[in-house]
Amino acid sequence: MALFWRRNREDKFSSSVLGLDKSIEELQAQEAAVERELGQRFSKAIEKTRDSINNRLDTIFEGRKQIDDQLLDELEEMLISTDIGVQTTMQILEAIRKGVSRQEINDIDALKATMKRELLDILQHSKDHGVASEMSVDAGIKPYVLMVVGVNGVGKTTTIGKLSQRIKDEGNDVLICAADTFRAAASDQLEIWAGRAGVPIVQQKQGTDPAAVLFDALQSAKSRNSDVLIVDTAGRLHNKANLMAELEKMKRIAGREVSGAPHETLLVLDAVTGQNGLEQARQFTKVADVTGVVLTKLDGTAKGGIAVAISKELNLPIRYVGIGEQVDDLMVFDAENYVNGLFN
Amino acid sequence: MFESLSDKLKKTLKNLRGQGKLTPEHVDAALREIRMALLEADVNYKVAKDFVDSVRAKAEGQEVWQGLNPHEQVVKIVYDELVELMGGTSSRLVFTKQIPNVVMIVGLQGSGKTTSTGKISRWLRDNQERKPLLVSVDVYRPAAREQLRVVGGAVGVPVYQDKESNDPLTLVRGAMKHAQEMGFDTLMIDTAGRLHVDDELMVELEQIKAETKPIEVLFVADAMTGQDAVNSAEIFHKRVGVTGVVLTKMDGDARGGAALSIRQVIGQPVKFVGVGEKYDAIEPFYPDRISQRILGMGDVLTLIEEVQGKIDEKQAQEQLEKLTKNQFTLEDFRSQLGQFKQLGSMSKLMKMLPEQMTGGMQLSDEQSAEVDVQMKRTEAIIDSMTKAERNDHKILDASRKTRVAGGSGTTIAEVNQLLRQYEQMRKMMAQMNKGGMLAGLGKRMMGGLAGGLGGMLGGGGLPGMGGMPGMLGNGGAEDDSAAKSSKKKKRHKKRK
Repeated sequence: MALFWRRNREDKFSSSVLGLDKSIEELQAQEAAVERELGQRFSKAIEKTRDSINNRLDTIFEGRKQIDDQLLDELEEMLISTDIGVQTTMQILEAIRKGVSRQEINDIDALKATMKRELLDILQHSKDHGVASEMSVDAGIKPYVLMVVGVNGVGKTTTIGKLSQRIKDEGNDVLICAADTFRAAASDQLEIWAGRAGVPIVQQKQGTDPAAVLFDALQSAKSRNSDVLIVDTAGRLHNKANLMAELEKMKRIAGREVSGAPHETLLVLDAVTGQNGLEQARQFTKVADVTGVVLTKLDGTAKGGIAVAISKELNLPIRYVGIGEQVDDLMVFDAENYVNGLFN
Repeated sequence: MFESLSDKLKKTLKNLRGQGKLTPEHVDAALREIRMALLEADVNYKVAKDFVDSVRAKAEGQEVWQGLNPHEQVVKIVYDELVELMGGTSSRLVFTKQIPNVVMIVGLQGSGKTTSTGKISRWLRDNQERKPLLVSVDVYRPAAREQLRVVGGAVGVPVYQDKESNDPLTLVRGAMKHAQEMGFDTLMIDTAGRLHVDDELMVELEQIKAETKPIEVLFVADAMTGQDAVNSAEIFHKRVGVTGVVLTKMDGDARGGAALSIRQVIGQPVKFVGVGEKYDAIEPFYPDRISQRILGMGDVLTLIEEVQGKIDEKQAQEQLEKLTKNQFTLEDFRSQLGQFKQLGSMSKLMKMLPEQMTGGMQLSDEQSAEVDVQMKRTEAIIDSMTKAERNDHKILDASRKTRVAGGSGTTIAEVNQLLRQYEQMRKMMAQMNKGGMLAGLGKRMMGGLAGGLGGMLGGGGLPGMGGMPGMLGNGGAEDDSAAKSSKKKKRHKKRK
């Protein structure tokens, strides 16, 4: 897993006291160690998911000598149970069937490897789309406007709390815009997060037009010369036309005040979400040009497979995953880590 | 949008015609479609499998595959089976004489516990004459308690607070005592959202349960939940003994298959359904409706009830009389529009109708918005007329029309168009079968309103709206009144 927010990395490393007295090799080793540790933590967080998948696989293979139709049926159920959807499941099964008929897959290991490869292909393919990294946006642009959208209750506000702390910790001036003026106490919740992170917040009273709050925040970010502006929005069901129109308006205002803004729009998705997640992603992308997905609450037993389906169908990269309540429980998504985490 | 199960089966079984006998492969293919439909609706794979097996047994017993319309018969079996599985529900909570009766609200983070707590407390107060008190024991999430305080204020239900304490048990004890002293007969405890794998928090729930001995433990579940729904429901049930389920966010477009899974796994009924952001947006649960939704069959019953609930019966009766006497004025039309608007957006109405009726057509949000704009414009034009003009549109001459157009921000052409459509509609309605119109309020209003609106909107040149009047009209008892009248018109023409 990579560093969290690398936009300021160049200056950070040249000016860092720590960095100057170390060779490139040492720095790389340091980074590798951090990555290892993060990888382990991630792996531990999705332990329950992995266990359940592996137990299933073991049961499926128990006492079987060959890969027959019944086994494939059971495999299909296992894949369906991860919420990756009927289509993606069929695609993976097709690959396995081919492998079996070509006699490339003879045992559980080969089969696991095929499943992993198929999943990875899907996830990595979407990396070329959306905004897979903050580095793809011109470093000269300030503030980098990051808008967070999603249906109700997926964890937008918590995600923003964590994001702002993490991005700030890597030496950026962050400003939060509390544009969820609808839900009771949403702004209070965000204010507490902002306080913890020591990040300023622009907010107004409940019921204010969110676009007006955003406008204020954009002005404020410009005058403060903030590096990053993170915008919280109210949760909305994607089939409510007027609420979606409100989102579109916010996007328009951001673009008018800061060139190219919002530079990144994250769709937050609860890992327990089922097939409706696809429709969510479709509608939000249509209205707000979503550039990436945040998968939250992955520390339960849910597998979050819907993110894979979204990745496949809509070519949206998964940016971050949430695996707990702590600030550093928000991680940069790493496809290989995720897939390995599921099947090892 | 998803295809309905009915359509899929139709496709699968269509090929059978003329092939003579059904083979077991055909049957398997049909059952496979049923299974896929359930999986796409997020029904748990295990539940789906058992379900398909029982449908197979039933279908074979009734020899439906030999029938003329096997797909229709199969859908009926699937539907009946779904209703049965989810049936046996009553939303009324059964209270005892004890003071207070405790209702615990539990669930995953973000499922909608706090909002549901507020909505249910209001529902209990208004429908079961309870006097509820609320308390939040979510001491973890920032501002969670503040949220319940605001919600309580909005629904007008008192919230017990103790800013000194951060201990759930202390808070619960305080709230119990307060309820006893102040005579609140129902205490609703909004607990902290938690993942079911979080043992520490589950222990806390057990403690709260032991302390308060709740008569109801309601598990709040998001209608959008996928395959994992059974896992969390199962564990919550095992730990704290769930007595009922609250299904939230049903105003989204999720099929809500999780409801079936949860019901199957814990054997407890769904008691309430959350259907909107407003605090009165909670409904008792009807198993037949969610069955239809899972299968993509629409929700006619809900629609009829909404019509009944929101349309003023007396006014409707008056209008009906006017209609049949051909005295239906623009003023009446204006009030009809207003009533129709109360039902919600056009796309919502369309969604509730079965696909057989809408011909599978769903209005996109844009189209629906366009219809709404059109309605607004029509209203504006009528509003810009004087009372005399509204009661007799014939007095509208060129200068009056110019004024109306100016006042409503439209053009004279638009005013003319409206008047033309209004006249057409009057003609059409006058021809309607009087007997059929009195069949029943819901149906009558459906036919009357939709026919009228259809006439207005259909002529308005909206994209894809041309077919509306007939389709909606078909839903009414007087079924093809619209079609009939147009037939009559044709006959007229011929005679001429």
